[in-house]
Amino acid sequence: MTEIPHLLVHEHDDNVGVVVVEGLTAGTDMLCCVTHDNSTFRLTAGADVPIGHKIALKDLKEGDTAIKYGEDIGKVIADIPKGAHVHTHNCKTKRW
Amino acid sequence: MASKYSNMTVKGYRRENGRVGVRNHVVILPVDDISNAACEAVANNVKGTLAIPHAYGRLQFGEDLELHFRTMIGTGSNPNVAAVVVIGIEPGWTKRIADGIRKTGKQVAEFSIEQKGDFETIRAASWAAKEFVHWATELQREECSISELWVSTKCGESDTTTGLGSCPTVGNMYDKLLPEGITGFFGETSEITGAEHICQKRAINEEVGERWYKMWKAYQDDVIFAHQTDDLSDSQPTKGNIEGGLTTIEEKALGNLEKIGRTSQFIDILEPAEAPGAGNGLYFMDSSSAAAECVTLMAAGGAVIHTFPTGQGNVVGNPIVPVIKITANPRTVRTMAEHVDVDVSGILRREMTIDEAGDALIEMICRTANGRNTAAEALGHREFSMTKLYRSA
Repeated sequence: MTEIPHLLVHEHDDNVGVVVVEGLTAGTDMLCCVTHDNSTFRLTAGADVPIGHKIALKDLKEGDTAIKYGEDIGKVIADIPKGAHVHTHNCKTKRW
Repeated sequence: MASKYSNMTVKGYRRENGRVGVRNHVVILPVDDISNAACEAVANNVKGTLAIPHAYGRLQFGEDLELHFRTMIGTGSNPNVAAVVVIGIEPGWTKRIADGIRKTGKQVAEFSIEQKGDFETIRAASWAAKEFVHWATELQREECSISELWVSTKCGESDTTTGLGSCPTVGNMYDKLLPEGITGFFGETSEITGAEHICQKRAINEEVGERWYKMWKAYQDDVIFAHQTDDLSDSQPTKGNIEGGLTTIEEKALGNLEKIGRTSQFIDILEPAEAPGAGNGLYFMDSSSAAAECVTLMAAGGAVIHTFPTGQGNVVGNPIVPVIKITANPRTVRTMAEHVDVDVSGILRREMTIDEAGDALIEMICRTANGRNTAAEALGHREFSMTKLYRSA
């Protein structure tokens, strides 16, 4: 891959991906890579998101399930538009 | 089937019981907290020895006391230790620990302080320690198969990059070296929460899987729910995890489990600090998820090298076991370079495959086994933290 990806996604079923570059700014046309098979797609970052933090790959509604590694990682507790930052303010464990 | 890993060898220390160590420490081991001062005085008198002070050992009872003995005896018995001077306040428990270590066949000298005082104890123990140093420093490394290494893992200050890079690197190493006959340890009981259904399926058979689930459930019921005062989101994920982008315990657990790779299965479950007894293979040790505690327990179980993936930059080390730090987070590589042994940040840039990263870790395991000091060793990180199950009497 000649261009370095901005966002990595574990599995095709995932609805969130991880920012893997420092200093990502809103409006960036991100190169996104699904690590499962190295396939790529593009997505516009909706916010300044720090390295390691997640971005929604599609519009998520309150009550939806966040999927990463192809698995349930928690519930969406506030609507999240595609490209926006996903973290503790809008996503929470279903356990406690 | 022979692989390119089958013929790998390292230069280690062959101990009396046949196990292979990669370090050659003469340890001055306190039985209890009030013997720390004498042990540190001996280590100051005799260069080339290592005191391992700790906080416990008095008025413990029941299962908590058993864990104390197991941790002390296991630490002294570790093949990275050539010989041990044990010092306790009174002779009873001192002898119990010294005799436990003697079962390995290694040289042990024991001293107790009551009726003598620190001065006399330090004098006598220093003579024994000096003899051990002369003896141990003449021991030679010899060629050993890589299959003889016992390699543990536990990650710390995890973030989303650990699940993408450094944990799969360790998993790839296990997938390659477990079939060659190494013994592996993973654990962190609380941090499997959220992926327990997946972990249970990685047991070698249903019986082991069910025992594993019971152990995990007992932890949930007896520890978490018994002591819960509020929403646990403040402890798991930790503040550092959240800073690094991990949002939930499920997300953290799924990344954590990447450390056992794609094909590896665990063959048995160990009590904290228990040595494996079912032959070569991967073991789950019921253990704390706090870095220093977990590494201490696995070292007491007999691991001679620890592989430690980190995201945000945990700096932990251990007195007797070299801790190899692996990170995929480019910011951590940039800001905390002195702590990083294996940089796998190329995985995030798609410049390095997991297979290549696994090979880089195996190479670092061999170099570490041959004598290369890890970052944690060079920086003097010797965290020895005992796990305590409940209040002392």
